[in-house]
Amino acid sequence: MSKQNSMIEWIDKRFPLTSNWKAHLSEYYAPKNFNFWYYFGSLALLVLVNQLITGIFLTMNYKPDASMAFASVEYIMRDVDYGWLIRYMHSTGASMFFVVVYLHMFRGMMYGSYRKPRELLWLVGMAIFFVLMSLAFTGYILPWGQMSYWGAQVIVSMFGAIPVVGETLQQWLLGDFTLSDAALNRFFAYHVVTLPVILVTLVFVHVLALHEVGSNNPDGVEIKANKNPKTNIPVDGIPFHPYYTVKDIVGVVVFLIVFCGIIFFAPEMGGYFLEYNNFIPANTLQTPDHIAPVWYFTPYYSMLRAVTVNFLWVDAKLWGVILMAGSVVIFCFLPWLDRSPVKSIRYKGPYFKIALTLFVISFFVLGWLGTKSPTPLYTLLAQIFTVIYFAFFILMPWYSKIDKTKPEPKRVKE
Amino acid sequence: MKKLTIVIFILCCMIPFSVFAAESGVMLDKAPIDTTDNASLQRGAESFVSYCLTCHGASYMRYNRHRDIGFSNEQILNKLVYTGQKVGDLMQSAMRKKEGEEWFGVVPPDLSVIARSRGADWLYSYLRAFYRDDSTVTGWNNLVFDRAAMPHVLYQLQGEQRLTIKSGDKGEQKSLLLDKTGNMTVAEYDKFVGDLVNYLVYLGEPHANNRKSIGLMVIAFLIGMLILSYALKREYWKDIH
Repeated sequence: MSKQNSMIEWIDKRFPLTSNWKAHLSEYYAPKNFNFWYYFGSLALLVLVNQLITGIFLTMNYKPDASMAFASVEYIMRDVDYGWLIRYMHSTGASMFFVVVYLHMFRGMMYGSYRKPRELLWLVGMAIFFVLMSLAFTGYILPWGQMSYWGAQVIVSMFGAIPVVGETLQQWLLGDFTLSDAALNRFFAYHVVTLPVILVTLVFVHVLALHEVGSNNPDGVEIKANKNPKTNIPVDGIPFHPYYTVKDIVGVVVFLIVFCGIIFFAPEMGGYFLEYNNFIPANTLQTPDHIAPVWYFTPYYSMLRAVTVNFLWVDAKLWGVILMAGSVVIFCFLPWLDRSPVKSIRYKGPYFKIALTLFVISFFVLGWLGTKSPTPLYTLLAQIFTVIYFAFFILMPWYSKIDKTKPEPKRVKE
Repeated sequence: MKKLTIVIFILCCMIPFSVFAAESGVMLDKAPIDTTDNASLQRGAESFVSYCLTCHGASYMRYNRHRDIGFSNEQILNKLVYTGQKVGDLMQSAMRKKEGEEWFGVVPPDLSVIARSRGADWLYSYLRAFYRDDSTVTGWNNLVFDRAAMPHVLYQLQGEQRLTIKSGDKGEQKSLLLDKTGNMTVAEYDKFVGDLVNYLVYLGEPHANNRKSIGLMVIAFLIGMLILSYALKREYWKDIH
């Protein structure tokens, strides 16, 4: 027996190394027909690691103090060796996290990855998305620029819109009557300790849940239903390692080319990854003319602003908050809203395809509107597209049921 | 092919983000920016220290960082440091904040990252758009930034401009006329402001040139990686397809 083998045997008697390696990599069977859309799960993991590592180095030099925060970020940008690189990796990583996660979620919506038996996998994914949003929010406050401050002011005032407990809740969150140093300190604590720990745990649970039910695929075929009786291996499955590890490496390199292209040549991304106004230190006495959140929150921000009238004894602001929260939470119900007999868009009928297209269009239009100052026309557009956005979900039980579907194949196609 | 279409589609979706970024009421002039031109940056740095640093700080920037643009420590001490500071010190303003507030109504903003929030074209246009206006406290107004608190510090160089308003088919058209000439010709003054704004852009992100040159190497390395990793993938996937 070679030295290496005896070493592994020594470990295996004390820790399930080989069995886990097999269960999750070398003998985890994934469908062989993964396409372009199946890169984003592993890419999300890559960005998560990037955020954790660059985050640690930023923490070493950042000062969570309202009078020093802005200057400490510039200190990182100028005086810390390669601080600018670490900071841009982190700020670009934040935006790219959302790019990757949005594409990952869209994949799930196209191929019905949320359907039975993957409901719990989807819900854990949604929990990850909520934590990610909180991380983005708490992180964006830290540079303590004008947009950090006033963007946070908008979000925090949403809690104030909740009836009865709203104002108390808001003060409890802020630790003060207004957004100030106390809030900056606690948001820093959430951003670097609480939320990352929850996120990493949830990602672990997400992968565990995935490996329990197995991956879906572009055909929506359950590969576990068709196993080779001799080997008990799915006939359409291939071991994750080495096949998907080598394939994902290609995806990682392509992603890194885009990622590094932004970091090194357009770190502000035209004011969308780093807003121009956030290069002005926070001024509590001067509200900017135009407050826009970072791009990944703009669709929800549009919906927040879309309600302009009070109705049903609830005022417009609270309706806005309800719609905004609802627009994200509603994703959780997808597994039960979809009544189609097939999973994948490949076999679904025209109604679903039209609905999904309209949904994507409304997401983009709402996102674009969220970056603009409201005008009567823009508000009307926001209202129309908010209705389309919600109609995609609310009408799904109906249109997915009556849609003309094609029969799902028994085996995956090449 | 299909994959490529999707990739292109996604990239296209990101383009609109950069298209509708800048908005302003006034047409801005294009600033002549070249942060690799050390001579221009050095002229800009000297003008910045003599004209701007009196009231504005650049307090996130250290003097000795200017070695990036070709100054030696000695040159920095001779040409840039007026107030007896050390070469490793931050570029603090000579004026106290409270005084600034008393004199101008607002504390003059720190200029370290001003080019990143305002943009080079805005600064270039702004510094050339002061005109005489008796209705303001300072006696100066600005076409780009109406009722700016800052008086025209550079008027001895540029001279004095007057606002003329012509009403045409497209509504009011505002333009500036040089009333009194200064120590510089229009071309000289434009070049002076160009150098100054070029310096401000450098000041906003001193490592920008370094960033771009490292970026080229990183992308070249990744393209090499892409070829290798794709070859590896094909080799492994031979037995699947």
